[in-house]
Amino acid sequence: MASSNAYAQRDPMLKKRDDFEDILEERRNSSDLRYALKCYTPALYKGVAPCKSSMLKSMVLQSDQLHYVIQQVSKETGRQTDNVQEEVSAILDEMAHSLQLSTVRFFAFTLSKIFKSLFKSIRVNEEGIQRLQQAIQDHPVVLLPSHRSYMDFLLMSYLLYTYDLTLPVIAAGMDFMGMKFVGEMFRMSGAFFIRRSFGGNKLYWAVFSEYVKTMLKNGFAPVEFFLEGTRSRTSKSLIPKLGLLNIVMDPFLKGEVFDVHVVPVSISYERILEETLYARELLGIPKPKESTSGLFKARKVLSEDYGSIHVYFGQPVSVRSLAEGRVNRCQFNLVPRHIPGRPDEDIHSFVNDSAYKLVRAQEDNMVLKPWVLLASLLLQKQAVGQEQGTALDELTAQAVWLRDLSRQYGAFLHWPDQMTPSEVVSSSLSLHRGLVRTCEGKVQLALEHEGGAVGPQSAAALEEKLLSQAVIVLSCASYRNQALHVFLRPALLASAIHAASSNQKQEVFNSFSFLRNMFSNEFILCPGATVQDFEEACYLLVKTGTLQVTQKEVLVNERGHRTLAFLVSMLDPFLQGYQVVCRFLCEEATETLTEKQFIPAIRKFIIKHLLAGRLRYAEVLSSDLQKNSLAAFLRLGAVEKIKGVDQETLKVNAAMVNSLEDTLGGKLPTQKAVVARL
Amino acid sequence: MYGCSNLMYCISEHAPHSSLQEIMKWNGWGYSDTKFLFNKKGQAEFTGKRYKLSGMIIPALKEWMEGTFGTNMQHKSLATPALTRTAVQPPTLNEAFVEELKSTGVPFSHDAEDRVFRAHGHCLHEIFALREGKVGRVPDLVVWPNCHNDVVKIVELACKHNVCLIPYGGGTSVSSALECPQEETRSIVSVDTSQMNRILWIDEKNLTAHMEAGIVGQDLERLLNESGYCTGHEPDSMEFSSLGGWVATRASGMKKNIYGNIEDLVIHVKMVTPQGVVEKSCQGPRMSTGPDIHHFIMGSEGTLGVVTEVTMKIRPMPEYQKYGSVVFPNFEQGVACLREVARQRCAPASIRLMDNEQFKFGHALKPQVSSMFTSFLEGLKKFYITKFKGFDPDCLCVATLLFEGNREKVLQHEKQVYDIAAKFGGLAAGEDNGQRGYMLTFVIAYLRDLGMDYYVIGESFETSVPWDRVLDICRNVKARIIRECKDKGVQFQPFSTCRVTQTYDAGACVYFYFAFNYRGLSDPVHMFEEVEHAAREEILANGGSLSHHHGVGKLRKAWMRETVSDVGMGMLKSVKDYVDPNNIFGNGNLL
Repeated sequence: MASSNAYAQRDPMLKKRDDFEDILEERRNSSDLRYALKCYTPALYKGVAPCKSSMLKSMVLQSDQLHYVIQQVSKETGRQTDNVQEEVSAILDEMAHSLQLSTVRFFAFTLSKIFKSLFKSIRVNEEGIQRLQQAIQDHPVVLLPSHRSYMDFLLMSYLLYTYDLTLPVIAAGMDFMGMKFVGEMFRMSGAFFIRRSFGGNKLYWAVFSEYVKTMLKNGFAPVEFFLEGTRSRTSKSLIPKLGLLNIVMDPFLKGEVFDVHVVPVSISYERILEETLYARELLGIPKPKESTSGLFKARKVLSEDYGSIHVYFGQPVSVRSLAEGRVNRCQFNLVPRHIPGRPDEDIHSFVNDSAYKLVRAQEDNMVLKPWVLLASLLLQKQAVGQEQGTALDELTAQAVWLRDLSRQYGAFLHWPDQMTPSEVVSSSLSLHRGLVRTCEGKVQLALEHEGGAVGPQSAAALEEKLLSQAVIVLSCASYRNQALHVFLRPALLASAIHAASSNQKQEVFNSFSFLRNMFSNEFILCPGATVQDFEEACYLLVKTGTLQVTQKEVLVNERGHRTLAFLVSMLDPFLQGYQVVCRFLCEEATETLTEKQFIPAIRKFIIKHLLAGRLRYAEVLSSDLQKNSLAAFLRLGAVEKIKGVDQETLKVNAAMVNSLEDTLGGKLPTQKAVVARL
Repeated sequence: MYGCSNLMYCISEHAPHSSLQEIMKWNGWGYSDTKFLFNKKGQAEFTGKRYKLSGMIIPALKEWMEGTFGTNMQHKSLATPALTRTAVQPPTLNEAFVEELKSTGVPFSHDAEDRVFRAHGHCLHEIFALREGKVGRVPDLVVWPNCHNDVVKIVELACKHNVCLIPYGGGTSVSSALECPQEETRSIVSVDTSQMNRILWIDEKNLTAHMEAGIVGQDLERLLNESGYCTGHEPDSMEFSSLGGWVATRASGMKKNIYGNIEDLVIHVKMVTPQGVVEKSCQGPRMSTGPDIHHFIMGSEGTLGVVTEVTMKIRPMPEYQKYGSVVFPNFEQGVACLREVARQRCAPASIRLMDNEQFKFGHALKPQVSSMFTSFLEGLKKFYITKFKGFDPDCLCVATLLFEGNREKVLQHEKQVYDIAAKFGGLAAGEDNGQRGYMLTFVIAYLRDLGMDYYVIGESFETSVPWDRVLDICRNVKARIIRECKDKGVQFQPFSTCRVTQTYDAGACVYFYFAFNYRGLSDPVHMFEEVEHAAREEILANGGSLSHHHGVGKLRKAWMRETVSDVGMGMLKSVKDYVDPNNIFGNGNLL
């Protein structure tokens, strides 16, 4: 078969990954104080001496880029250049980090204490560290950790300090600045602060991008930021934000550096500190504003067991090789490089594709715990209404089945092979005892409150009960979501087969393509890779004996039904969720519905449906899903934003929404005209 | 021997034998009597008598080579000593053309050596093949026109009999311009202009001179000097390259800051094309008469016709010359200084900045010092710069300078430049260093042949680039070369270095050198070409031009379209189509 080679390259089983070392082990056996005061002499980029933050500021202030923008702003607004210059200075002061080794040492000490009490172990792939060390010496480096917890960036700096690597400077959201003391501490440990939104502010953008580029170009320190922009509350990877990635790629594209190496880092928590906090937030119980006192209240969390953390430093990705054959750098030859310009379409799509690649690299190296599989299974069971729970041994058997399946799909599963499966299962369950309950050998989600009241209840009480159950469901879903990327493509195919009216390959592909398009705000699906994803899904399902794919047809094997059913159920909450959103848009959306009102309104609608038993999945209450679906409908043109007198309203194209709903529900075949042919 | 009917018995008709061919290498650079070698004591030595360095021992070269390339004196890769005539394909002759050519009395030859000598320039792959005794497609015939009218006759005959003509001047091309196109099925005739080497007149009132285009640079300067004049056009190849070649490739000379590049020097050109002779009707110093037809001729690289006569500006010989040099703590400072010099428009006749690797290389080429005193002085200088001034020997770089003109003004000028240099941390490093730098320019070309004896292959190439990109392009291209070599399995890190050789108002000319040890590689030339290609891609991606003065030839023509745009390409093509519809000048360069 001619294409067998192409398949082989994608075969996830062939992926080789490094081993992990526990860094807490040494912390438990030697003095934290000595560790915090250890001699710290990181290897530097081409021997460049690190740069004082005051010096960095003046380099930025004196840059051609800023000069140009200051002149421009002064011309446009009629302000004195001195005045603009002062504003620039102020922005820079607000933004700039002021890394101090003493603060880092303070953190090294306190974090050692905290980490030891919270976590069993912090495991790091040391080969990745070695690769990083080499990269830091040879090229400007950008660190791209996944973002699941506030802990992430402290943890990253802690690790780099531990391994004697140059400490990164970290792009942090301004919300931290609310916490005066902590904000300054973070600043002194290398964070620099960016306003959350500065859309039209040319000056701010110029200062910000020049600040980042100056650090990067001169190789003073690795620049670290979160490609996902914010913490994922659902543990699904978020659609990457391109702003900072654009900035860090720019020096390469304009020839100011030979190359930039981007290092995706996957941080997987066995138990997320913010677990229920996130669930509440998704349910619309507002997020407490970050405040120092709030942080201290969070001390309660310190007394619990959060299992272990795995940190995988991925293969450094050379921006130069990413750009090879993709970007014609000559396009920058005709305009002075210090004049800011909007990136061309091809640059934009290059950065976008790279961002997706990098997020997928993060996903690929996420370590999955057995609990993730258990959560997937338990959620599916709960949804079909197994009130009395699943027998422990049955659950164990299913977990083993799923373990093998997920490994075949290339999951980076950390399943302790030295333990028996039932030991693995029960230890996972006990770590997450807040979410599951084992009662008389049967396991189920911990949904019922003690003495679950019988009899009539007020509507408010019912709603409250529903929401508290939803907290548990969403928490569990966040663990299942960790494994979503493993099953996503096969699950899309399984759902497509399920929805397609025949087993004609083209028909299945059309259906696959429809679903993939529909969910591209929900999951990480690289733009333009539909055929590739379809082939990958086919390959995996054929390899595991689920399907037979011929030239014309897609056939389900007898023994493939179980896998298929599992995969379909994996995606079902999302399918149902999007359909409910369609229902809402058709039935309840009024002329005056604004984007702001959308979430509360649809939440009400969904609660109604859940209480009436018309909807099985409490996780549809997640505002994440609701926002993503709205974004998808906007993208597809089923909903339009209409500029009103004082605010934007949402205009629903009812016919289109209806037809999307029917197609999602498998009632309508996917139109061939709108999708690419296989 | 006229009327000889069997061509195979009549190899040449009055082939002139005073030509450079006899005293030059057939498979390497320059004069046969001049080369680098390791003598019996294992010391490097430069043979011959022609250069200042000739006959001297160069003690540090061996160690430098071993350290830079990992070469080993035991591992040699020597060239085939002589051309095997059987390796040369018998000529494809157009008998009717040859018959008529005879009647014109223009000398010609189809001797294998004559043909092979004119079948190549000095690209690495060309020399490498010759050293291995490999000969590809070569011209079938060489003709030696003696004057403009001879050329007119030759071109007429070529058109009549559909023969392909390739003009040949000094043979110093480094763009594959002289390579015969593989696909050419017609008889190829090399038009060697070396006999057209006279200065026809000197006009002292207007300070111009009219020359035949075959005159070689060093002869032109020598002859003009006898009358107290010079052109001031001194490309590094001036010992061998010809006036016609300069015009055809848009050449640039070392002292362009005073005298200008070829386009600034040329007043009038006569070129013989298949459509007839093209020239202007007067010698006005500047004209507004539509696009300048000289600009179709300059850079046409032998694709339109043969340049036969040129009128050039001349200047009185400079009263005073002074070399100089400046040491900078690092390359960045050096470039900043050159930029400032250009901004103030006070560049000396020549100013060149070598990077650290080249600085070290220059050091390795220092001849044995004759006295204890000079060696003591050297040591003192070194101590002063590295210890007292704190320059890092692995970062510092050096600029060489040449001032020319009226003595007083030269000294004034010199002070101005040194003052600027001082602002960028530059320290004056003496005349000797400067002079040696320029002398090395002529000698360095011989060094490649030595390298090739020891499995080292290398090349230089150039570009021009805006000032703000100079540092970036230098860094990136050097790094690209190193990375490409590594990716392609070169064991020893290549020698990858550069220098800024010319300054302009808006940018600079940058020269790159790269060389590596190819022992253990199965197809070194192919690999070399891939690296060179990648380096050129990198140059273009960093805002550099396709060429500053080497030209496009066949080596770089793949990039022409993106360089001049589709329409630009169409413009050039339409000129070619009109001037030479049957592609008589079929060397395949440029387009």
